[in-house]
Parts: sequence; C-alpha cells; structure tokens
Amino acid sequence: MITDTATSKPVYNDTIVKLFTIACVFWGIAGFTVGVLIAAQMAFPQLNFEPFLTFGRLRPLHTSAVIFAFGGSALFATSYYVVQRTCGVRLWNDKLALFTFWGYQAFIVMAGLGYLAGVTQGKEYAEPEWYADLWLTVVWVAYLLVFLMTIIKRKEPHIYVANWFYLAFIITVAVLHLGNGLALPVSMLDVKSYSAFSGVQSAMIQWWYGHNAVGFFLTAGFLGMMYYFVPKRAERPVYSYRLSILHFWSLIFIYIWAGPHHLHYTSLPDWAQTLGMTFSIMLWMPSWGGMINGMMTLSGAWHKLRQDPVLRFMIISLAFYGMSTFEGPLMSIKAVNSLSHYTDWTIGHVHSGALGWVGFITFGALYYMVPKLWGRKELYSMKLVDLHLWIATLGIVLYIAAMWVSGIMQGLMWRSYDDMGFLQYSFVESVMAMHPFYLIRVLGGLLYLSGALIMAYNFWRTIRGDIAIKEQPLTAQGAVA
Amino acid sequence: MTDHHNHQEIDEISGVETTGHEWDGLKELNNPAPRWWLWVFYVCVIWSVGYWIIYPAWPTFGGATKGTAGWTQFTKLEREQAEIAARQTQYLGRFHEASLEDIMNDPELYSFATAGGASAFKDNCATCHGTGGAGGKGYPNLNDDEWLWGGRIEDIYQTLLYGIRAPHDDTRISQMPAFGRDGLLTRAQVMTVADYVSGLASASSGNDHPGYTIFQEKCASCHGPEGKGNRDFGAPNLTDAIWLYGESKDVIFRTVYDGRAGVMPYWKGRLDDDTLRQLTIYVHSLGGGEAGESVNDSDFGPTIPDAGQ
Repeated sequence: MITDTATSKPVYNDTIVKLFTIACVFWGIAGFTVGVLIAAQMAFPQLNFEPFLTFGRLRPLHTSAVIFAFGGSALFATSYYVVQRTCGVRLWNDKLALFTFWGYQAFIVMAGLGYLAGVTQGKEYAEPEWYADLWLTVVWVAYLLVFLMTIIKRKEPHIYVANWFYLAFIITVAVLHLGNGLALPVSMLDVKSYSAFSGVQSAMIQWWYGHNAVGFFLTAGFLGMMYYFVPKRAERPVYSYRLSILHFWSLIFIYIWAGPHHLHYTSLPDWAQTLGMTFSIMLWMPSWGGMINGMMTLSGAWHKLRQDPVLRFMIISLAFYGMSTFEGPLMSIKAVNSLSHYTDWTIGHVHSGALGWVGFITFGALYYMVPKLWGRKELYSMKLVDLHLWIATLGIVLYIAAMWVSGIMQGLMWRSYDDMGFLQYSFVESVMAMHPFYLIRVLGGLLYLSGALIMAYNFWRTIRGDIAIKEQPLTAQGAVA
Repeated sequence: MTDHHNHQEIDEISGVETTGHEWDGLKELNNPAPRWWLWVFYVCVIWSVGYWIIYPAWPTFGGATKGTAGWTQFTKLEREQAEIAARQTQYLGRFHEASLEDIMNDPELYSFATAGGASAFKDNCATCHGTGGAGGKGYPNLNDDEWLWGGRIEDIYQTLLYGIRAPHDDTRISQMPAFGRDGLLTRAQVMTVADYVSGLASASSGNDHPGYTIFQEKCASCHGPEGKGNRDFGAPNLTDAIWLYGESKDVIFRTVYDGRAGVMPYWKGRLDDDTLRQLTIYVHSLGGGEAGESVNDSDFGPTIPDAGQ
C-alpha cells in the first residue's frame, strides 16, 4: 500500500517507544504533582520545608519535569513511532536508540537531584550544571543520529511533514543547548561552573535559549506530533501541503529572533527589544498555520468529535495552541508587556500552552499509541478518556482564568498612582490580593493531575488487556482508526 | 509543484486533489494556504517594517538605527516620572514651606501628607509595623493611643528622624535592665515582681502584694510608683493592658529577667524631609495622635476624605 515493496512490511522497533511512553506517563504525574505542591506553597508558605522542599528548589524541578521529562519523553516516544512508520523502515540502530532512553532518563535524574541539592546554573529552563549539560549533549547527538539515519534510509521518496518538525526540533535544541550552556567548571571535581557570558549578553543568550526552548521544544516538536496523530485519528488527509511548507519555514525562521521580548525595559538595548517584539508579531501567523492545518484536517470528519474523546483531546489542544500563540505576540508588545511582565499573567500564558497544547496533544497521541503498541484492539475505557478530558479541561480553565485575573490585577496594582502622585499599593498588598487566585490555581492543578492519574489507570488496564465491562457491547461500533 | 500533478488523485470528501504522496496511510491535500492567513501575515510584516522605521531597530556598524521618533526607553521613563512628579508639584512647593502646624491646619496639605505618608509607610515601615500600622510582638501598634515616647506630632517626628536605640547621635535611648541576668534581683524576686506587674492592669495587684516593695525599689524610678510609665524614658505604662511583648506572666518574667532593647531605625538622611514629615502626619493620623503645644488643640487632624483611595 505505501511502499514499492509492499510485501515486506517492516517490523518496527516499538520497544523503545513503549519505554518512552511509560516514562512519559510517569514523569507527567511526577511533574504535575510537584506543580500542585509549589502552587500550594505560593498560597501557604508554611508548606516550604527547608532545605530540600523549598519553592526555590522545587520550581525548576517542576518545570524541568514537565517540559524535559514529560514533554521530552513524549517527543522521543512519538518521534520514534512516527519516523519509523512514515519512513517505512525500522529505527536505525536499536542499541543507540536504547542508549537514548537510559541516557535521557539518567540526565533527568541527574538534573532533578541537583535541583533538590541546590545545584543550579540559575538559568531558567537551563538549570542543570555543566556535568549534566555535557551528558545531555552526548545523548542528544545520539538522538539526532538515530532519527536522521532513519530518515536517510527511508523507503518513502519524500519526507513527511511531521518529520520536518521533529528534525527542526532536534537540531535547534542542540544548537540552543550548546550556545546557552557554554560554561567553565570551577574544577573537574566541582559541580559549580561559570557561564561564558555575563551581564546583558548573558541575559540575551539565556532568552534566546529560553524562548526557543518554547519555540522548538514545545512548539515545533509537538507540531510534529500533531501532524501525524491528528490526520491519523481523523482518518483524513492533511488539509494543505502548501500551508505546511509555508508555516514550517516561516515558523523556524522567525521564532529564533523573538527571544528579546523577554527582556523589555531592561538594560538590553532598545534596538534588540524592537526586533524581539516585531519578530514576535510576525510570528503570529506562522504559528497559526499549524492550528489551521490541524483543525482543517478535520473537515469532512467533524462528526467524529462527537464519538471520539481522543480526537477531542487533539482538537482542544489545537484550540489552546491557537490561543496561546495569539497571546504570546500580544504580550510581546511593549505596552502590554509593561503591564504583564513579572506578573502571574505570564504564568497563565505558559500554562495555557503547556497544559492545553503540549499536555493535550500528548494525551491524544498516547491514547492513540498505547493500544497499538501493546497489541490491544481498544483502550480499556473510552468513558475514562472522556472523564479525563473534562476534568483536565476544567482544571486548565480554572488555572489560566485565575492567573489572568491575578496577573492583570497584580500589574495594575504595581503601577497604580493616586492623583497626588503617590504609589497606591505596596508589593505585599498585591501579594495578599492574589491569595484567592492562588487557591483557585491549586484546585485547577489538582484537577489536571487527577486527569493524568485516570489516564495512567486506563493505560494500566489497557496494557493488561482489559476492556471495561459496560463498554464491551459498544466497542465494535465505536472502533476508531 | 508540477511534479505532484503527475500523481494527482482526488479526495472524495473534499473534492480536492492530493499531492500524490502517501506515508503510512497519510496523505496531503493540495489546498492553497488560506488567503486571509497570508494577508494577515503580510500586514504583520508591513507593520513591523513601519515600526523599524519609527523606533530604534537594526544594528549597523555605526550603531543601531535610532528611528524617526527619537524614542528610547529612557526618554519614556523620564516622561512618565515627570508626569507623576507633576501631580505632586502642585502641593509639594507649599508643603515644603509649611510648618508641621500649618500642614495640620490646611486640609489640602493635610490630605497630601497623609496620602504620601501612607505610601511611604507601606514601603518602609510596614515590614515591622504591619501595612495598617497594627504592629506585632516587639513592634508597637501605631493605631492605639499608647505611646512609649509620646504621640504628639513633634514626638513622632523626632522618633522617625533619629530612631530609638539607633546608631545616631540624637537617637532616643533608654535601658530596661536585665534584672535577673545581671543579678540585680534573684530569680524568685523577678518572678514575684512579674506577678505583681501582670496584675496591675486588672488592679488585682495591691500594696499588700509581695512584689509591691520590689517594684517601688527597682521599677518605680522609670515606670512610676503606680506603674503608669514615663515617656521621658520610653518606659511603658504597665496598667493599660497594652503589651508590646505579650501579657502572659512568662513573657513579663522574661522581660524583667533579660531586659528589652527594641530598635527603631533612624530615617534622617535615608528618606527626604518631605517624606519624613508626611510619615509623621500619617502616623499621627492613624488614631492615637495626640495634641500638643505646637498643634492647634481644638481641631488637630481635620476630617477630610482620605486622598489615598
């Protein structure tokens, strides 16, 4: 059907995909749990337990666990799944692939233990110290080799769009990691290192990295995921090949410039701030290209949304993707940024992208893959998928709505002068005013975490080969994909 | 694209041709990119180019382009600070010239002073005294009418300027001795006098109390024979049921045994005098401010709406 030699169906390396899938679920639950804990610490500072369980150490543990451990494992799992199937060949070099699994897990543990012990470079999303950075470099080169060699030996004449995005993600993350990670250790026996950059250069390099960690890890990588699993699940062709080319090249060209918008009204020169802002504005449509292509792929299959909660996960994720890639350019505008920067609005923005887009597209892909990987006809329970969907959606809405209100209120309070020219509020008053929203955030996070636990249960039962009793009669007609 | 037309195949549902490729059952339609998408993208690009012309934008060998508007973030800051300063200027000139007494009697200056004082209080004083000035253990409540060193406007001003037990030559100093630790009283005697003091507020400690004699001998010189305190020494009134460190007998024992020496920083030279006078009037206005020689007795603290809100 696909290849010229249709008779020899390739046997894919799914062991590696299974390993990363399990890791993804595990780290997801771990990362969400730490997230709930630090959200609770913001509301109740008594929950900080010195020295290991303080907000300062747990916060990078949370961000790294969700972005790099959960998100990273999801990208490894799906990229290995997708590249084999769309190239029509087995993954190149099983041993090296297996090394990327254990190597990456070792990196996660190395980084996480470091945070708890207070070992950090102090660079947001790049906290691991030099020894973990070096190790990650080795693992990442192995990943690039495995992925690239699989593409090179493909049986298909063309490279499928999902693989462009995955490849852009792997290559750019390597460049970012090497650039921002340049540091000199105090000694080979010391965990401490000093960055090669200082002052405003250091800030600029950091946010060139930080913003593109969002752009290439959390956007390009997950767009790769979207480009395979959405058309697969919807059983429809991708809406527009031309759109995918245009938005791919415009996205990767423009994204890389947008970092300075994290440094508005700082010692970064005005010209660099201008470029960061304008490139963020120009990034709006290239980002939306992915949403349009994903959503329009459903034309002719909209009715499937009614029956299939897995497809709903994917479509809601695209909606959140569209929302946060509109909000991003909006917040990069200096006038908006002067209000939003340093407030909870930023946290809300990140989470509409992370919980809504990254989380939901991953859940959708996992729900699609797990029965196939373990040779089951169906998931254990579609009703539990639906429950997960609604609980998690409610959690996100609570979370981001609370952070919008809290963030905008916070920004307005900080800049509020009375008509005699005096500041109206102290910082502490703004913190006190945020307390109710911190509580709502904890609740939102708890809901999201509960959804993930339901998913893990569903997977466990699926892998065991169970089918929920009440759903058995429905399975025949409900079968999708 | 011409290559694709060779393999063209029509998708039944949409009636659109595919690109002719297939990967693991996935195909792509050959739809054009949506017009509106392209146009919004072009508009964003054109807008950005316009922005680059007006604002500082591109680095060159001779420094970055400056833009036609002459805008920099520093000029913006100056402009905004000037705007805020202008709101104050209409009052500040008069405020600067006026004496504390004049300010107390001028409703407009008074409300300017309390607004400025409230703002400065939150940034500088609230850390110890609380945002509302309600104090805490070891930090006096500024809302009540109990004052260690006096609650007249001049008293408060002096406390603010020089602090209490602060490293300044003119600071207010007094010493509550560590009667127990320094062996001035035995442990038992400290306990007895603490018991006596704890009963002063409820008048349950009479002259027949065993602590009475110790109190008269050791404490009365500062706190007065009846324990009513003395502001000249910052000695608190012990009969008013207001306690800086706590009302329990244990705490009073600790105070007598080890002494106390709370510190209020001096602010002269750290805040400008206008701000200090605003703070003085604000603290005076909190509820416990007292009238004094320098202030019009009959109506200090004119009642006017709080300008801070």
